[in-house]
Amino acid sequence: MISQFFVLSPRGDTIISRDYRGDVPRGTAEIFFRQVKFWKGGQEDAPPVFNIDGVNYLHVKVNGLLFVATTRANVSPALILELLQRIARIIKDYCGILSEDSMRKNFVLVYELLDEIIDMGYAQSTSTESLKAYVFNEPIQLDVQKLPNLGAASIFMNPGKRVPGTAVTKSVVSNDPSGKKREEVFVDIIERVSVTFNASGYIQNSEIDGTIQMKSYLSGTPEIRLALNEDLAIGKEFGGTGDLGMVLLDDCNFHESVRLDSFDVDRTLVLAPPDGEFPVMNYRMTQEFKPPFRVFPHVEEAGPFKAEVVVRVRGEFPSNSVANNVVVRIPLPKGTQRVSCEQEPGAVGQSTDFKEATKLVEWTVKKFPGNSEHVLRVKLTLAQERNANLKKETGPINMTFTIPMYNASRLQVRYLQILKKSKAYNPYRWVRYVTHANSYVTRL
Amino acid sequence: MNSEKKGELSELKASLRQFAGSRAPGSTEAKRELFKKVISYMTIGIDVSGLFTEMIMGSGATSDLVLKKMCYLYLCSYAASNSELALLTINFLQKDCQDEDPMIRGLALRSLCSLRVKNLVEYLLGPLKTAIRDSNPYVRTMAAMGILKLYYLAPASCNEGEFVPALKRLLMNDPDPQVVANAVCALQEIFDKEAESGSGPNVNGKDWLLSKEVIYTLLNRIRDFSEWAQCIILALAAEYVPQEPDEIFDIMNLLEDRLQHANSAVVLATTKVFLHLTMSMADVHQQVYERIKAPLLTLISTGSPELAYAVLSHLHLLVTRAPMLFAADYKHFYCRFSDPSYVKKLKLEMLTAVANEANTYDIVTELSEYAANVDVVIARESVRAVGQIALQSYDVNGIVDRLLQFLDMDTDYITAETLVLVKDLLRKYPEWAESCVAVIGGVSHTAVSEQPAKAALVWMLGEYGQDVPDAPYVLESIVENWAEEESETVRLEILTAVAKLFFKRALECHRLLGRVLKLGTEDGNQDVHDRALLYYRLLQQGADVAQKVINPEKRAVNEFAETQSSEAKDRIFDEFNTLSVVYRQPSFQFMAKEQPKAGASSEEDPATPTGVLQGGGDFAHQELLSGAEKEEVAAPPPTASNGAETYSAPNVLDIMSGPPANGNAASVSGDPFATSTGAPVADNAPSSSGGGAGGLDDLLGGFGGQSTSQPQPPPPAPALQLVPRPTLDAGTFQRKWGQLPVGQAVEDSFAPAALAKLTTPQALLRHMASNSIACMASGGNAPTFRFFFYAQNADASGFFLVELIVNTAKGTASTKVKAEQAHLVEPFVQMYRTALQSF
Repeated sequence: MISQFFVLSPRGDTIISRDYRGDVPRGTAEIFFRQVKFWKGGQEDAPPVFNIDGVNYLHVKVNGLLFVATTRANVSPALILELLQRIARIIKDYCGILSEDSMRKNFVLVYELLDEIIDMGYAQSTSTESLKAYVFNEPIQLDVQKLPNLGAASIFMNPGKRVPGTAVTKSVVSNDPSGKKREEVFVDIIERVSVTFNASGYIQNSEIDGTIQMKSYLSGTPEIRLALNEDLAIGKEFGGTGDLGMVLLDDCNFHESVRLDSFDVDRTLVLAPPDGEFPVMNYRMTQEFKPPFRVFPHVEEAGPFKAEVVVRVRGEFPSNSVANNVVVRIPLPKGTQRVSCEQEPGAVGQSTDFKEATKLVEWTVKKFPGNSEHVLRVKLTLAQERNANLKKETGPINMTFTIPMYNASRLQVRYLQILKKSKAYNPYRWVRYVTHANSYVTRL
Repeated sequence: MNSEKKGELSELKASLRQFAGSRAPGSTEAKRELFKKVISYMTIGIDVSGLFTEMIMGSGATSDLVLKKMCYLYLCSYAASNSELALLTINFLQKDCQDEDPMIRGLALRSLCSLRVKNLVEYLLGPLKTAIRDSNPYVRTMAAMGILKLYYLAPASCNEGEFVPALKRLLMNDPDPQVVANAVCALQEIFDKEAESGSGPNVNGKDWLLSKEVIYTLLNRIRDFSEWAQCIILALAAEYVPQEPDEIFDIMNLLEDRLQHANSAVVLATTKVFLHLTMSMADVHQQVYERIKAPLLTLISTGSPELAYAVLSHLHLLVTRAPMLFAADYKHFYCRFSDPSYVKKLKLEMLTAVANEANTYDIVTELSEYAANVDVVIARESVRAVGQIALQSYDVNGIVDRLLQFLDMDTDYITAETLVLVKDLLRKYPEWAESCVAVIGGVSHTAVSEQPAKAALVWMLGEYGQDVPDAPYVLESIVENWAEEESETVRLEILTAVAKLFFKRALECHRLLGRVLKLGTEDGNQDVHDRALLYYRLLQQGADVAQKVINPEKRAVNEFAETQSSEAKDRIFDEFNTLSVVYRQPSFQFMAKEQPKAGASSEEDPATPTGVLQGGGDFAHQELLSGAEKEEVAAPPPTASNGAETYSAPNVLDIMSGPPANGNAASVSGDPFATSTGAPVADNAPSSSGGGAGGLDDLLGGFGGQSTSQPQPPPPAPALQLVPRPTLDAGTFQRKWGQLPVGQAVEDSFAPAALAKLTTPQALLRHMASNSIACMASGGNAPTFRFFFYAQNADASGFFLVELIVNTAKGTASTKVKAEQAHLVEPFVQMYRTALQSF
């Protein structure tokens, strides 16, 4: 059970604050923020759960905002953290987007929601659907064009959790300017890939964590059938690594609303989608897959005080896809004094940045088409004449990227069927794929 | 509050008044804006309680729901501090409770119950009674919670009003799942509260909640409930004690698909049910571990980092109970670049915990990569993890090489961590001294600035100085900086190291020793001064005598002391899926500080080492807490006045068994490192805890001749010793029980707290087992439980058989004891009762 709930801005301002039980004194928001900000002298991220003077603080960070609960009881931490995450999502469903600005504009609406979501510290209704009946404030939507969404707050975002490119910024309760609600449903297959290449270029460890996320604006929750690859195998039922070409998931879990009656037969999920955004299915795959990028680093001495680091990156995904915002981070030896970066001739949309304090070169390629290659030469001036550890001190190279309309696991939605209410009923259906780098590391 | 704000507030007040009675068109919008302003001030912590009258006047009669809700929100926040004025609101709240619209009825009832004003309780009872029978489920959900709110406000009125039976009816019969869920929450809290305080009409209410009838009613419709309500019901089911084995399988089949849920709270709650139900069925229990593995790993990979942390904490607990289980899955615990540091730290601990023969090479290779990480915190933790794995005895050979390579990295914090680890390793594996010492000799002491690392280096120079050609000169240059050395630990270390080296290389060291003793005796620190003086006097007795005390033969430390007792670990396991798992402490340790009233207590508990508790990770800190301090925390917190005495007592005892962490008392020992890594447990008694106990002991008996330090005689042995894990088969038990006469029958009573724990008999069984009294069988229905225990005399001469009947309603425990050796009944009963009373 929760005693207090509050939402803090990245600077620690209280945006929302609600007391449910009155057994924890006021002022906890300040105590909490001080702890989080100066955890171990600001060196580390504060853990999501801690106890100060008998008060337990649990929090999650979403889009830079801190969602916090306090309690004196020995609660289930997973329960409270899931609930906090859910509250964030409901607010997003109602406000269209989740940001400090939209929360401030809609704070009365948020209080209204909180009244129904929690009573006496216990979770009550958390379905966007059923909450509609009890909420009367109209959401005030921010102008999407002028969104400062990716401004200051975005650096606090959890990498890879929410996808600005695929997020729909429309409230589930508001109407179109035309006065008519647009019937549509979005299905996003979002995959986060983690790959570690060892110094000889072999894949040492790899995993895909995926989510099939649905966002429904359909009225009357019609039944939806979502068919996945027929050759999809789960867990050890097929033993070993599975046949070639087969998609083999290690494990998966499903949203409450999903019925699995025919899943074992034809890999079809049946559900009546609740309003708003929710994960239909989460899955995890360690089967071998083709990594979308390969990095070829090379380090050599180029004179008594000089060295050169050459990094070649090859996109190994189909040429009809384009990766966005590819960032390659190259840690350089600690004796590095000066750096000059040499891009390939005719490079467009590339930039480099040397971070003096951490001796890190950050190389950004805005658009990176599949089946192509880019090279960066970094010339270093070293403090010492000879450095035996040159190679050891360089790297590991880390990459982040987003590739829309591509997924590494080859998990596909074969079809998305909406049970028709009438002949004229033909809602819009969107199926989108996107792959993100979660942890994409190349060692030297 | 500055004057500007004050001005704004009085302006607000005036505007609110202006619109108070107005029904003109547009006045609702204007009021909404004003109310919004008030709520926004409230949010940022400005006291707007001064507007109480205006807020009520402005909204009392309104039919605008948005306005009404804002007013209710305001009321619930300020009624308690305006109890006089709160009376004004009763009228319209009561009226709203009778509104046609069920939503308004519900809202009004919720607000009415949330005012938290004691003297308004009488106005609450009527609407609550009506609401329980309301035709609309929304109102009934509010009513169920309302009863709980009433209970906190006025327990007596709650109990008089027959509200508890009403809640029970709702729980069993209401068609709406959320009403049922709220009834469960309310009853559980009321019952727990009364069981805890040991008074009230529902002291044993929990028994009803845990009865087969209730549990089955709830579980049979588990899918109807919201995921949150499912968690609460599953938590209740985890405490349920099935009467026959078939039930266990029925429940598990029923809940199997809950493990596929996307909500980690549901999965963990289900896991707890499975684990607790199968406690007494070892092979099924093992299958449960296998079954929950994949879902838990999925939650870690696909959830947010915060949830990954919560789930990982639970995995860590499971791994310590079944290390083999995840040994093949070690790659899942490799750190990801994007993991926040709290997740990375937990993963490092997981890697340490799952390391075994087969995977150590891979894991250590991976950890070595992290050591080169830009993130200093993780790099340090990684080095420590490598050392920890080495101490677990897998592939020591390869790891020592790896550790020594860390020194080549020439990074000061890595060097520092490595030195401390090499020192620990040498204490356990002295056979590696040669290869380590060769490398250590090459470490430039000027590059080592951290205190523990410096102390470690100095210790190694003293201990293995015979093999390091430069040792005397290195020590000499360290002694040069005596005045600048701020840490007395390091200065103590220098003293001992020079003295030890003197015994090995007297010619090169005797001048240095003289100098150090002089510096030491002139030192401002009492400990340093005392030790220098002690060495000086010992040396006056002759080098032989001194050597036996200062540099005795040491035995390798076999196992470093566990930081946590197995009992504490079992308690944490009992509290699976709670904060205890994240904090790695049984709940009584962090819940004890509860203050009923805000800001009441300023007296800090003197024994509590730190006010901030965090989960996971901080093993460096934990390691430094010695057994002595740990026990302090576990003991009931002493009051401020006698804190000093209670604090010193265990310390004194502890010197005998193992030196305390702060090194004060044991600082005279020849092996001062016993002081910094927790108490070492040696393989046999005489040299236990290095030179610490022995050395001190010896000195206490006069500095005299006899060399080998005798351990302190153990406390007077009890007349009766029991076999720690007795074995007896059921048939023999039955036969003996039939043959023997009753040796003694005793009546005891249980404290309410102990009774509460008895909801799971396993807790009692484990407790008794830790007192060498094993359980043969147990059973019964609430309120009567029956247990059969047995124990065996340590000389294997005979068994003791016990029948215990507990009545949880009366809090009584009736015991019959039968013994094969009649003369030992008396001492056994004494032991048994002590064990029972300490439950």
